[in-house]
Amino acid sequence: MAFKQITSPHAHASQNTGKVMQLVLWATLPGLLALTYHFGWGSLINVVLATATAVAAEALIVQMRGRSVSFYLRDYSAAVTAVLLGLALPPLAPWWVVVVGTLSSIVVAKHLYGGLGYNPFNPAMVGYVVLLISFPIQMTSWVTPLALLPEGVSHPGLFESLSIVFAGYSPADGVTGPTPLDSFKFSDGLLVEQIYSQNPLFSQAGIAGVGWEWVNLGFLAGGLILLGSKIFTWHGPVAMLAAIAIMSALFWDGGSSNSPGSPLMHLFSGASMMGAFFILTDPVSSAVSNRGRLIYGALIGVLVYIIRAWGNYPDAVAFAVLLANFAAPFIDNYTLPRTYGHIDRRRATEKGQEDKSK
Amino acid sequence: MKTWVTPGGVHPPENKHQSLTLPIGSLPLPEKLLIPLSQHIGTAAKPCVELGSNVLKGQKIAEAAGPVSVPMHAPTSGTITAIEHRPIAHSSGMLAPCIEITSDGRDQWQPHQGIDDYRHASASTLLAAIAEAGIAGMGGAGFPSAVKLNPGRKRPINTLIVNATECEPYITADDSAIRERAAEIIEGIGILSQILGHPENILIGIEDNKPEAIAALEPLVKDSGISLVSFPTKYPSGGEKQLIYILTGEEIPSGGLPADIGMVCVNIGTTYAIKRAIVEGEPLISRVTTMTGEACGINRNYETLIGTMVSHMLEHSQFDEERCSRLVMGGPMMGFSLTSADVPIVKTTNCILAPSHQEIPDDEPAQPCIRCGLCAEACPVSLLPQQLFWYSQAGDQERLEAHNLFDCIECGACSYVCPSNIPLVQHYRHSKGEIQKARAEKVKSDHARQRFEFHQQRMEQAERDKEAKRAARREAAEKAKATAAAKKSDAPSDNKTDAGSAADIIAAAQARAAARKVSPEQQQAKFERSIAGAEMRLQMAEEKLAEADDTQTDEQRNILVAAVEAARQKLEQARGRLAEHLKQHNGEQVD
Repeated sequence: MAFKQITSPHAHASQNTGKVMQLVLWATLPGLLALTYHFGWGSLINVVLATATAVAAEALIVQMRGRSVSFYLRDYSAAVTAVLLGLALPPLAPWWVVVVGTLSSIVVAKHLYGGLGYNPFNPAMVGYVVLLISFPIQMTSWVTPLALLPEGVSHPGLFESLSIVFAGYSPADGVTGPTPLDSFKFSDGLLVEQIYSQNPLFSQAGIAGVGWEWVNLGFLAGGLILLGSKIFTWHGPVAMLAAIAIMSALFWDGGSSNSPGSPLMHLFSGASMMGAFFILTDPVSSAVSNRGRLIYGALIGVLVYIIRAWGNYPDAVAFAVLLANFAAPFIDNYTLPRTYGHIDRRRATEKGQEDKSK
Repeated sequence: MKTWVTPGGVHPPENKHQSLTLPIGSLPLPEKLLIPLSQHIGTAAKPCVELGSNVLKGQKIAEAAGPVSVPMHAPTSGTITAIEHRPIAHSSGMLAPCIEITSDGRDQWQPHQGIDDYRHASASTLLAAIAEAGIAGMGGAGFPSAVKLNPGRKRPINTLIVNATECEPYITADDSAIRERAAEIIEGIGILSQILGHPENILIGIEDNKPEAIAALEPLVKDSGISLVSFPTKYPSGGEKQLIYILTGEEIPSGGLPADIGMVCVNIGTTYAIKRAIVEGEPLISRVTTMTGEACGINRNYETLIGTMVSHMLEHSQFDEERCSRLVMGGPMMGFSLTSADVPIVKTTNCILAPSHQEIPDDEPAQPCIRCGLCAEACPVSLLPQQLFWYSQAGDQERLEAHNLFDCIECGACSYVCPSNIPLVQHYRHSKGEIQKARAEKVKSDHARQRFEFHQQRMEQAERDKEAKRAARREAAEKAKATAAAKKSDAPSDNKTDAGSAADIIAAAQARAAARKVSPEQQQAKFERSIAGAEMRLQMAEEKLAEADDTQTDEQRNILVAAVEAARQKLEQARGRLAEHLKQHNGEQVD
């Protein structure tokens, strides 16, 4: 009788990386549905196009690196990157914008750094920032929410949307317009109250902008599902949202004409919820310990608010996340948990053995 | 009673019910038993029987070697048929010294009896009896119990913890033993308490997934001063460090022992063995071992003789090799795989697990670590397994130490939850080995450096000593010279003292050299003698050459010719030297 020599532990939980990634994909569904309902077919086309590009690029690169293509595609990580990028891009963006962004994510941000697990920056956000800097016009025109479309105008149908994306047809007048964060940023000289009463994006909204609030609620719902499934811990998302809330409350300025906006608007507009639950929770590029993730999340929240309020861009999740990615290894050095039997936490940069005398 | 909650932990399927449907059974007496001499932490025991001698059940066959060691006893009566290296149950599959006993089938005990009135016996008497019975911790590590129970006066023990957690899935050895032997276990705990001088707290820690065991103990601990504490089931609550924290909220300092904080932690199976040793005088020759897994038709606990081959156990448990995915000694979390079933059960073997392919499938290939952090959430000692893995791959020993690699208890919770199927624990074991090797090498190189530096120092010292001696001599010579000069200066010339003395020295030296010199006449005579010698040798060589003639080969003749030639040259040289000498000498005279 001869048996296999296998190292302990022998039992294994049924979780695997592919399943985790698939769950993340499912959890984006509420957000995607909200986007599609309020802004038309564009986001769905983005997501499908980005996914196809990403899977093809991943397969090609993995092949070039001499690894097993089927094994690496089964981890679904390329699909997650692509879906998140597709959701972040403006609906009805030209196809090449989506393709360039996806290739930047998969080829440059991920595989040039060593592939899954080795990328220091969030690949989807790298793709997004490359596009935002390279093609500002395409990246800043967003579709008008369904409820605010002019009389007689509707979102383009699926076929028409495809023509706009792939053949460059222009959408009808009034189909594109500013986002709530845009309008807020470029409404200088108006009191918050005036903006809220004059701008239909706010006057017809519940809490933070027509359509957008639902998109954010959708991502919040998806994020809570992931949190409930213990895909990530609460530390990062809560820290980020708390930091945004605190910052916007501190600088609310009584709703004056200089006010950067209310906490509610900042929490439920733009990419806040998607950023909190789907972007900064990317484990590869974030801080590792729970304490580290608190700091990391809070840093992103503060940066998001600073750039939104005083920077040149109406939204800032991508920049904030990339900046925090830079900081993550540094944060990790100082946020080790206290190990059992030790008096205090240690620093990762400590040399030699610890003084154990009590 | 208040309990504390450890961080992390996992909840693998318990799979304990399978082996609990039947009471503790016993196997047919095996034909051969193999007793490894090292089944414990510490020095291996020394055989004290001869090959071929007959032994009775319970007879000592190997002596403890040193203070941290335990003796071994014959698990049955029979003949010693081998004392040699055999494969044992070890994760490396290594060979180790063993004693083989071929059973005579009679299973005949040697006369034995417990300590009379042990309740009044001294701690040292009881400890000696425990040591003599060969008892080592039966929970897994196998630390000699008599050593553990005697931590010394510097560390007074105020808490005795009895570990009945049995947190590993599948294993039910302790559970079934408690159900059937609760009274003896409690008696064993009483003996432990007596040895430790009746500590203030005596706690039995047990997970709440063993209601029958709890029910069996509950009536017995009433008013006995023993607290039975049950707490929620979570792996690895049965680790010594974890259990102590759960029951007391205290932590053993890193690198320390429970005794450092006034505690002793003993496995509940060990308390039973101690009771048998003290009260009945029986050495540790058998233990409860769980035989479980879907590849076996019979899942149950056996009272197994130490030294029983795993294959013997499998044979009597309807084992189906085809169905078996791997063979594990211990539980599915920390047990190690056996490559062969021809290895013996030892004092620490609590379980043999033979799972089917469905039960524990082969490992999936590892995917890249995405640092998801599930491992950090599962770690019971608050490490960052993903960082340890990262630095382990990089071989960054400094970072590994800063991340407290050596506090890892290798419980496997991180690997269990890892969605990328990375064998994390394996990486940590490897890195620990590497670091220990590096440490050992550092000690060695430090010694070498010290030796070198000491040698260097010694050589320098010797050089300095020499220099000092030289200086002293020089000083003495100068002093002597000065006194000589002073003497001279007392006499005639006052001004030319120095020049005068220098001239004296040179003259004296010349005189000495002349005395050593051979006179020209003597030299001439020497040269003449050497000429005469050379002439004689030449003559002899010529005679030899003349005798040689035809009988010799050309080669031989050539040698003789060469010899004549050499002798002639020597003669020439000698004559030359004499002529030179005469010329020189005459020349000198001419001058």
